[in-house]
Amino acid sequence: MDMKTLYLLVPLAPLAGAIIAGLFGRQIGRTGAHCAAIAGVLVSFVVSVMVFQDVQQAGYKPFNGTVYTWMQAGGVNFEVGFLIDKLSVLMMLVVSFVSLMVHIYTIGYMSEDPGYQRFFSYISLFTFAMLMLVMSNNFLQLFFGWEAVGLVSYLLIGFWYKRPTAIYANLKAFLVNRVGDFGFLLGIALIVAYAGSLGYADAFDSASKLAGMEVPGIGWPLLTTICICLFIGAMGKSAQVPLHVWLPDSMEGPTPISALIHAATMVTAGIFMVARMSPLFELSETALAFVLVIGATTALFMGFLGIVQNDIKRVVAYSTLSQLGYMTVALGVSAYSVAIFHLMTHAFFKALLFLGAGSVIIGLHHDQDMRNMGGLRKYMPITWITSLVGSLALIGTPFFSGFYSKDSIIEAVHASSIPGAGYALFCVLVGVFVTAFYSFRMYFLVFHGKERFGQAHHGHGDGHDEEHHGLAPGQKPHESPWVVTLPLILLAIPSVLIGYCTIGPLLDEGWFGASIFVGENHAAVFGEIREILSHGAAGMALHGFAAPPFWLALAGVMTAWVFYMLKPEWPVAIRRKLGGLIAVLENKYYFDRFNEIVFAGGACALGNKLWRKGEQELIDGVGVSGSSGLVGFAARAVGMLQTGHLYQYAFTMIVGVFVLLTFWVSFG
Amino acid sequence: MTDIPFLSLAIWIPILGGLLVLATGPDTNARMARVAALLTAILGFAVTIPLYARFETGSFAMQFEELRPWIEYFNINYHLGVDGISLWFVLLNAFMTIIVVIAGWTSIQSRVAQYMAAFLIMSGLMNGIFSALDGVLFYVFFEASLIPLYLIIGIWGGPNRVYAAFKFFLFTLAGSLLLLLALIYLYNTTGSFEILEWHRTPVAVGAQTLIFFAFLAAFGVKVPMWPVHTWLPDAHVEAPTGGSVVLAAIALKLGAYGFVRFALPIVPDACREFTWLVVGLSLVAVVYIGFVALAQTDMKKLVAYSSVSHMGFVTLGFFLHNQLGIEGALVQMISHGFVSGAMFLCIGVLYDRVHSRQIADYGGVVNTMPKFAAFFMLFAMANAGLPATSGFVGEFTVILGAMQESFLIAFLAATTLILGAAYTLWMYKRVVFGAVANEKVAGLTDINRREFFFLALLALCVLAMGLYPFPFTDVMHASVNHLLEHVNGKMLPL
Repeated sequence: MDMKTLYLLVPLAPLAGAIIAGLFGRQIGRTGAHCAAIAGVLVSFVVSVMVFQDVQQAGYKPFNGTVYTWMQAGGVNFEVGFLIDKLSVLMMLVVSFVSLMVHIYTIGYMSEDPGYQRFFSYISLFTFAMLMLVMSNNFLQLFFGWEAVGLVSYLLIGFWYKRPTAIYANLKAFLVNRVGDFGFLLGIALIVAYAGSLGYADAFDSASKLAGMEVPGIGWPLLTTICICLFIGAMGKSAQVPLHVWLPDSMEGPTPISALIHAATMVTAGIFMVARMSPLFELSETALAFVLVIGATTALFMGFLGIVQNDIKRVVAYSTLSQLGYMTVALGVSAYSVAIFHLMTHAFFKALLFLGAGSVIIGLHHDQDMRNMGGLRKYMPITWITSLVGSLALIGTPFFSGFYSKDSIIEAVHASSIPGAGYALFCVLVGVFVTAFYSFRMYFLVFHGKERFGQAHHGHGDGHDEEHHGLAPGQKPHESPWVVTLPLILLAIPSVLIGYCTIGPLLDEGWFGASIFVGENHAAVFGEIREILSHGAAGMALHGFAAPPFWLALAGVMTAWVFYMLKPEWPVAIRRKLGGLIAVLENKYYFDRFNEIVFAGGACALGNKLWRKGEQELIDGVGVSGSSGLVGFAARAVGMLQTGHLYQYAFTMIVGVFVLLTFWVSFG
Repeated sequence: MTDIPFLSLAIWIPILGGLLVLATGPDTNARMARVAALLTAILGFAVTIPLYARFETGSFAMQFEELRPWIEYFNINYHLGVDGISLWFVLLNAFMTIIVVIAGWTSIQSRVAQYMAAFLIMSGLMNGIFSALDGVLFYVFFEASLIPLYLIIGIWGGPNRVYAAFKFFLFTLAGSLLLLLALIYLYNTTGSFEILEWHRTPVAVGAQTLIFFAFLAAFGVKVPMWPVHTWLPDAHVEAPTGGSVVLAAIALKLGAYGFVRFALPIVPDACREFTWLVVGLSLVAVVYIGFVALAQTDMKKLVAYSSVSHMGFVTLGFFLHNQLGIEGALVQMISHGFVSGAMFLCIGVLYDRVHSRQIADYGGVVNTMPKFAAFFMLFAMANAGLPATSGFVGEFTVILGAMQESFLIAFLAATTLILGAAYTLWMYKRVVFGAVANEKVAGLTDINRREFFFLALLALCVLAMGLYPFPFTDVMHASVNHLLEHVNGKMLPL
């Protein structure tokens, strides 16, 4: 098999799985469906590993080839094709591995759901779309993957379509993403208009030419406009402020997809895209500064929101938002490889945390409220240990994977001189404390302390779910089946080790090579990382114990311990004292309400107004003057319809046309 | 073999077949009428296939030409031919006729023969419009095609059908009279009714403006462009499902086709001069109508407004004066034929069961009609322009074309990404998702084999065109390039 066939197999195998599970789900049954889907993703993973080995060989030249020409118009080739270099192969590995884990986990998590086959079909379809996205060598396919993952996300958030909150959340997710895609499409259109091609290579080749141009008629610098437009797309997909609002609500979907789509892979598409576009972004300081400030804001302020959540999945969701902010910060300071590095480590430990949360949710019979948990470590030991590993990785404990990537981001920001770097440094440092605090707040509330489950169900208040949630009084939770715990263990291993093993090659030895471009004026951001790494990965971890982020994280953990283990009355007192501040956090800075009133409400009100005033009163009322005559005319016609003379009438009209025609032709 | 008159066959098989079907008479012979109609429609489609198979790609010349004198005194000819621009519309029209006949199989129970005959005759007439190369021939087909559609709405329509039928008729007739005047003027200047001759003849500058506005009125109403679009929602709401399908899929294309066949090549200078006007009206259609669609409570009205908005992309593309724009617009026309047709068929499936078009009367349809919900989702996504569906191809290409002209135009056009998704998916959510809303929804049965067949057929078209639009644009290049050279090349001082 030549390499191109092999590349094709990577996305097409999951697609085949999706089609089999989706269209023939009833015929092949549950086992058939999950076998087909898992087989597809397994093929994808194995082939990705083979491609990885191929790419690793010395002297490998990146593959950049066309699969087929989709369309030609206006001198532009619209193609489907692959670019296989180190950046894409790393993404392929992460996507197919996490997807495989989630597929296996789903067997346990969704075992009682009537939509079992449909679910497998969707997640395989997602894997296909995501792989198409990361393997693309052009903007057309990128946009296809971009929108297709959005579609699957929409379908999966609304998977339980009877729940009003789920179908509200999926519509919201799709529309907010579309706002991002709107910017993204404009960016692509600008590239096509001024670089004359949809191919990445052509766009990168003309980058310096674009940098000297302006958008005609507006006068904005062209390349900056392109980059900011593209980044607006990333803001939608990677949930950056202010387009982050859809991600917390996306937790309405089943937990496996929260892990796969809304933590590990799809939401990182924006990060990947900016890294892929590094030859463009590098030439626009303004765009980078914009990226940096948005990322820093997301990293810190979304972290704060994690503190006040009581739903276990929402805590992890806000944590995801905050971590995506960290990655974006890394992009903003030109440390693209660091962003991808954090993307990778985050994919493992965040998928782990989500699947761990899912395991807890199974154990408690679909109760997600942390106030009804506590002391679970006794009953669910594997879930407990793996979640602890995930949390330690997340907060950046030295030697864990999260430490290496997060510390590298902080060092890079520290070394950067781009406008906004000072603000970003403040945000990412405070963010370390906040991350540690909300992570261990969750950890203590769930696994330690008093057992609060099995008590009388204290109502959610919305009472929309017909099925009863939570354990009955006296019932004890128990560990989840092996299909659930095995993925936890398999994800816990890279959550610990992957940073230690890969930081050297990825950040120090320039493993990414030409797939990521960093301008000479920005190369300095790697200075501090290289210096620390000069003593090896272990040296970096040891150095980490003495650095401020570690102490900030420790302070966060200790605070959480004091608040939720030692003095549980303190948070209550603080809540009473700082009611106003807590209200702002609980209302998520009022973003949702603002959007609902201004954008959603505004659009509907405008639509109604245009409909009543514009359409009915102005155009039909005034414009179509003779409307009274029309009615009279119509009344007479009723008679004709009823007497059956309509055919004669119609025939008369044709004759009339000819008579008129003859008249005009003769005397005109 | 080459002299088989495929175009004449494509026109007259449906018309003569329609007359035969009409002859089956009363509803006691309904089954015979249906079968005869289906056979005619299939035969009518079959004779159009050689048009594509034998089409010489890379030539801008008219192909499959037929030329016979008709009224020699006025130099009027029966002159037919297709080029890369009109080819697809003949095929689309013939194809959709099959769908419409199948869709009306059981839902039409009264005057079956006349219903089927009306569709077949209209199909033939519309093929005539797309292939006529003589001005008078075009005009006769153009006007005559109004009549069957008018009858379909007026006889098999809803309670307010007479109002709708007349509004439709008057709007379009008003425009047509101006078109007639323009054609006669052109005859007087050139001494010929040959459309291709008109293309070659430069028209005096002052007259160009007048003719341009005559064309704008005639074709703008048909597209329909803002602000002469208000007949469309009324017509759709009252029309039976098949009527809506043909109206959206084919009839709206007639106006747009008029712009490329008449306005752009005959009065190119005026078209360039008034580009701002057409582009402006098109953008109003995209943005303003997008908001109006959000406010609709009637599914058919919503899809009708969405049609106006999508057709705004077509007129926008034509007047960008670049290849991406025009080819994008043509692709958008074909895609809109599949997608809007499918949307109206989906609404028809629901209407046949519940007898309501109001969004509020539904909710949770997916619980009782999962197969239908899956199809409806695909078409809704195509309507929202999702990549890999046909709806994406045209919109994307037109936006790329718009960006070559102006950032602002592209910006406004691209808002459809948000608006189109908002009105389509919001409707989908309210109709399909959720818990079962009422007893009628609880009692729904999923689509039967016949409905599955035509929805699947359209789904295949939507996906095929979304995944591989190459063949669609491939045949267009030569003709579109030729048109563009002509439009952008001529420069009379205005």
